[in-house]
Amino acid sequence: MRTFTRATLSALLSTSILAGAALAQDTHPETGEPLAADQTFTYRVLDEHSSVDPQVVEDVSGSEIVRDLFEGLMNQDEDGELVPGVATGYEVSDDKLTYTFTLRPEAVWSNGDPVTANDFVFAWRRAADPALASPYQWFIELMSLENASEIVAGDMAPEELGVTAIDDHTLEVRLTSPLPYFPFMTTHATTFPAPQSVVEEFGANWTKPENIVSNGAYVLTEHLPNERSVRERNEMYWDNDNTIIDKVVALVINDENVALTRYMAGELDRTEVPAGQFPRLSEEYPDEAISFPRLCNYYYTFNLSDSGPEAFKDVNVRKALALAVDRKIIVENILAGGQPEAYTFTPAAVAGFEPPATEMAGMSQADRDAMALELLAEAGYGPDNPLSFEMVYNTSEAHQKVAVALSQMWKQKLGVDAQLANMEWKVFLEERGNQNFELARGAWCGDYNEASTFLDLLDSASGYNDGKYANEAYDKLLEDAKTADDTTPLYTEAEQILAAEMPVIPIYHYAGVYMMDSDVGNWPVNNVEQNWYSKNLYKIAE
Amino acid sequence: MTAYIIRRLLIAIPTLLLLVVASFFLMHTAPGGPFTSERPLPPEVLANIEARYGLDQPLWKQLWDYLTNIVLHFDFGPSFRFKDRDVNDIIAQGFPISLTYGSLAFIAASVVGISLGVAAAIRHNTWIDYFAVSLGIAAQALPNFIMGPILILTFTLWLGWLPGGGWNGGQWQYLVMPVIALSTSYMGNIARITRSSMLEVMNSNFIRTARAKGLPARTVIWRHALKPTLLPVISYLGPVFVYVLTGSVFVDLYFSTGGLGQSYVSSALTRDYAVLLGVTILYGGLTVVVNLATDLAYAWFDPKIRY
Repeated sequence: MRTFTRATLSALLSTSILAGAALAQDTHPETGEPLAADQTFTYRVLDEHSSVDPQVVEDVSGSEIVRDLFEGLMNQDEDGELVPGVATGYEVSDDKLTYTFTLRPEAVWSNGDPVTANDFVFAWRRAADPALASPYQWFIELMSLENASEIVAGDMAPEELGVTAIDDHTLEVRLTSPLPYFPFMTTHATTFPAPQSVVEEFGANWTKPENIVSNGAYVLTEHLPNERSVRERNEMYWDNDNTIIDKVVALVINDENVALTRYMAGELDRTEVPAGQFPRLSEEYPDEAISFPRLCNYYYTFNLSDSGPEAFKDVNVRKALALAVDRKIIVENILAGGQPEAYTFTPAAVAGFEPPATEMAGMSQADRDAMALELLAEAGYGPDNPLSFEMVYNTSEAHQKVAVALSQMWKQKLGVDAQLANMEWKVFLEERGNQNFELARGAWCGDYNEASTFLDLLDSASGYNDGKYANEAYDKLLEDAKTADDTTPLYTEAEQILAAEMPVIPIYHYAGVYMMDSDVGNWPVNNVEQNWYSKNLYKIAE
Repeated sequence: MTAYIIRRLLIAIPTLLLLVVASFFLMHTAPGGPFTSERPLPPEVLANIEARYGLDQPLWKQLWDYLTNIVLHFDFGPSFRFKDRDVNDIIAQGFPISLTYGSLAFIAASVVGISLGVAAAIRHNTWIDYFAVSLGIAAQALPNFIMGPILILTFTLWLGWLPGGGWNGGQWQYLVMPVIALSTSYMGNIARITRSSMLEVMNSNFIRTARAKGLPARTVIWRHALKPTLLPVISYLGPVFVYVLTGSVFVDLYFSTGGLGQSYVSSALTRDYAVLLGVTILYGGLTVVVNLATDLAYAWFDPKIRY
């Protein structure tokens, strides 16, 4: 049976025959590196994934699995650039409102059925449907699909969504407003196709290993909740002949130190490096300890709403506190994992973003401290009238270390009295969301590789703007950016406004800090979103 | 006796009901809900989700629906966090795992603990006594969250004998470390309680009488001393059995065993109401049954107790 299907497939795919021949020699077809006999990639995940249903999944570890099991219209390559997935390409209309994707005819589901445009239509309607109640309905709205908001609100039927199957291999998508990064959004799990017949047959149980049918390079073969999930090569995948990794195992290990021990014992190919251990590990294992920039920021936000302290309404106070933070100490001595210091809200690693040359970034720390003292005195705070406030963060050892360092810096340099308070995660979110705080920790990871995913957070209308910062000029720049051809100068200007007004204190930008077995080939360190595909990895013979 | 058991089981029903109601309201008073997230959901999306899980209903209605579903369909509802699974699923998958290593740890702790305690008492003030006491204290001083990492470092990294975690259907290699980590501190306690109880029993009149009759030491200990010695141990063991199951969160955390302990704690942190309530009911029911079993064991060990 298997040989039969393989033979049929190779007959269909004349191009893949060459690649198949190269693989038979057990060397990588492009790099020529010798390949290991056992092509199993095993990695650690912090927590059990929420789901492997593409329209429902909402966490990173779940999305990683879904990206292997399902294939969307477009994929990302090692640098995060768009490459064809199920779609061989797309055309966009002159008004940038209609996209037409051409799907490859050879794409099939793991049960042999062809992947058609209707599978995408079904999936996208499903994602928007209030009946499924996916937490990622907002993503369908974010995509600006025609009628998306009305469907989510229950005012229209899901069938009204702006997506149509012109024929089996042509998908038409209609937007309500132009969205420069729309094609990138088709690499997100929410937009992956779903097998209608299987979903309807098994209902919520369709993602169980015994039921699931998928169209990606892998199929789910085993799932032991809170322990492991296993995905194995999908022989039916259209590009199967170019897939090298046979099996991918995700092990749930909650404790990062235990995970590191198990990595050392050879049970894992990849694990996270616990905070502070990177310098030691990179010295002992220079080939294995790696660090690269990620699309996430770490900041403290002032409460600028009516319930916030009067002192923070003075820009000089905000600037003084931001200036007095010695980011070098936090990055080098506390985190020590190669994280970049942050002087802008948006990480410099974001595509098409040029950080402005802000005044603060160019100064020495001594000058910053001196200026901070001056500004604070101007605002009327000093030894006679010390500034005092409470800063909150969610309970975690790493956040506590940063908070203690910040409060000490402010105490020593400015005589400011910042009291620390930590809260359990859900309580923290609730309090911060209701503006029951003075200064609060925040962090954000980009949903897509574009500066607006960060800058939108401080839009006065944004639901994520917990500090309630409001600036018309800033909002206007973001509005303009939605339709502009060149967004780079607009985003740079927006960051300049933030640097001048300092509604948040950027502390650092995240880095991916891993122990990665040196026999893992082609890990996409340059993909700042860390959207990795197991089908592009390989194991080198040791 | 049968009437007593039936009566106790009937009392369990209102007890569990009270437990559910109290947990339900406590749970809802905790700030934040299952769908509070760093990325606040747009109100229309949140409304859809709450409607799907019935969270838009008044609390009393939610509680009523929850209880009727359990009674009529034995359905504990969907997990709010793990969208592909429901509570019945989660318990059916996690509880056998917790029960397996929990029972093994319980047996290991009881057998080794009681043996150590008895050995220490009958060889009172000899090197065996000192050895058993030191071992007991050491075991007691090593809670499972310390034992876990130490064991993994020793057996996985340095010696390379055992896999560092996982379950794999409960093969013995995967069981060794969880069982040791979970049992040691209870083992120490059991040894200490057994030893002091045995010392007391050995000094009592009926033992002196037994000895005076000329019975061999072995018979005195096994037939006459052991049963009364174990009475205080039994009353300690009852709660321990429930503890090894509920307290197994550290084992799940360090050894990725996939048991229920980890699901329980994380359901509280993520406000996964249905899982939290479901596991609470399970553990509540278990406590009731174990307490009853302890009381019945009393009657067997102590002829003075009759129901």
